[in-house]
Amino acid sequence: MTFPVVTAPRPDPYDAVKSDPAVTARWLEAFLADELVRRRGIKKAVLGLSGGVDSATVAFLCARALGPQNVVAIRMPYKSSSPSSLADAQLVVEQLGIGERTIEITGAVDGYLQFEPEADPRRRGNVMARVRMLVLFDQSAKLGALPIGTGNKTERLMGYFTWHADDTPPVNPIGDLFKTQVWDLARYLGVPLPIVDKPPSADLEANQTDESDLGITYRKADAILAAMLQGFDDEQIARMGIAIDEVRLVRRRVDSTHWKRHLPTTAMLTNTAINEFYLRPVDY
Amino acid sequence: MRIAIVQTKPRKGDRDANVADLVDAMRQLQGDPPDLIALPEAALTGYFLEGGVFELAESSAAFSRRLAAAWQTAGAKSSIDIVSGFFENDAGTYYNSALYATLSPDGKADVAHVHRKLFLPTYGVFDEERFHSRGKHLDAFPTRFGRAAIMICEDAWHGIVPTIAAIKGARLFLIPSASPGRGIHADGELESIARWRSLLQNYASEHGVFIIYAGLAGFEGGKGMTGSSQVIGPRGDVVVQAGALDACIVRADIDLGEVDMARAGLPLLGDLQAVLPDLVAELGQTIS
Repeated sequence: MTFPVVTAPRPDPYDAVKSDPAVTARWLEAFLADELVRRRGIKKAVLGLSGGVDSATVAFLCARALGPQNVVAIRMPYKSSSPSSLADAQLVVEQLGIGERTIEITGAVDGYLQFEPEADPRRRGNVMARVRMLVLFDQSAKLGALPIGTGNKTERLMGYFTWHADDTPPVNPIGDLFKTQVWDLARYLGVPLPIVDKPPSADLEANQTDESDLGITYRKADAILAAMLQGFDDEQIARMGIAIDEVRLVRRRVDSTHWKRHLPTTAMLTNTAINEFYLRPVDY
Repeated sequence: MRIAIVQTKPRKGDRDANVADLVDAMRQLQGDPPDLIALPEAALTGYFLEGGVFELAESSAAFSRRLAAAWQTAGAKSSIDIVSGFFENDAGTYYNSALYATLSPDGKADVAHVHRKLFLPTYGVFDEERFHSRGKHLDAFPTRFGRAAIMICEDAWHGIVPTIAAIKGARLFLIPSASPGRGIHADGELESIARWRSLLQNYASEHGVFIIYAGLAGFEGGKGMTGSSQVIGPRGDVVVQAGALDACIVRADIDLGEVDMARAGLPLLGDLQAVLPDLVAELGQTIS
């Protein structure tokens, strides 16, 4: 007789970044309600709304968790920002009925950069990101609203953000979601499709896209990162069907940016050094 | 046997506020009092305390008095049994513990058993052994309902622990837990919640025991405790399961006589006891 053969499927590296967006949304709404209202007694959230999918998704989560009347979105365009970003952000504001304010950062950014006319695009981008955070925290103080972070796990792992700017808000609901999982969540929440479907961009320079900056698509980067974080080495990941050069590119970015995922390095001199010996959790 | 699991959602480190919440729950139970109240691991402090453990840990006597005072304040008219997790300070040695006590309406507590967590998770997000010492004993102890055993959270992730508890005669497993939720691939619920339920169902049906699982709720610095307090019957059936996110009271009336019926139908524990001497000999050789 001929035995029927039952064959195990090849491991699919893209399986590891699949998610159930309904479960994710429910969990993150509870997270926001607990972290803001229950723990801190703060009912309002303020966030920078860029017109991209990350901040749009966070705006939707905040509106669901806190009520749209308790969410204020700040649009902070620079003179070179794409007008379509501003318009996309407006779509979110209108769909959710959240508060909105547009504060142009050109004056603040150029006020400093006039002394540094030779600054390259990377430095200029960092200045913009840091000015946006300055605005967000000041608006937080004015409104009595907690700044909410919008950085995703992919950009955090790849170090694709400005240190002590994009990563600064005290609460971030999507920081453990890969970009592809943010897209899944955005679709589930009903984020306008033009925002979900457009190529992600930091919009710090004209025609910039994240994927050209990073040298790899998010979809592929996420599969590599997920495998890497489970402990697979480069060759093992390549055997799953991803080019070894792309695997190495991702690992290089992760390995060169561990510092960006930490607080500043403080010299330890005593056995009561903060966060070394003196250990108390953030919510203690 | 009438059970009430009080799924607490403590404010981190604010024990007075958390005791006040417990009093509210106990007061609510006075109209229809259960025989046993079950509370989660770290029920009145929150779980991730780091060095805060040294500020909030207390002796089992002090903790039981705290529970009894709450019971009295709640206007209790009769005694009640309670199982609760807490951080224990035993003369300068710190444990992640749970006690079983009888509380009387005049504010007295009679502690029947203290279990000190055997398996202290110290990996990834967990850092227990940095702040606690390991317990060394696992006992089944008599209650007015029958023999019971306490396991705390990871204790119950090692199949040998419930096995030993069953061999020692426990018919009721009491499992206070604090489980930070993770895993978003599955449909409908976090994977860690499904994993817990599946483990408990397997243990209950393998050994023919009732399991009372009391899960902590609430977010602790981004880590959401999965609540999901539940009662599992001796055939592996889910008698009741709470939601993950909120404080609540879970009620179930169970008949421990069903343990005998389940074991008659699936006598795995009896089979194990017959083979046990050979297995223990094998284990002895392996260890030596």
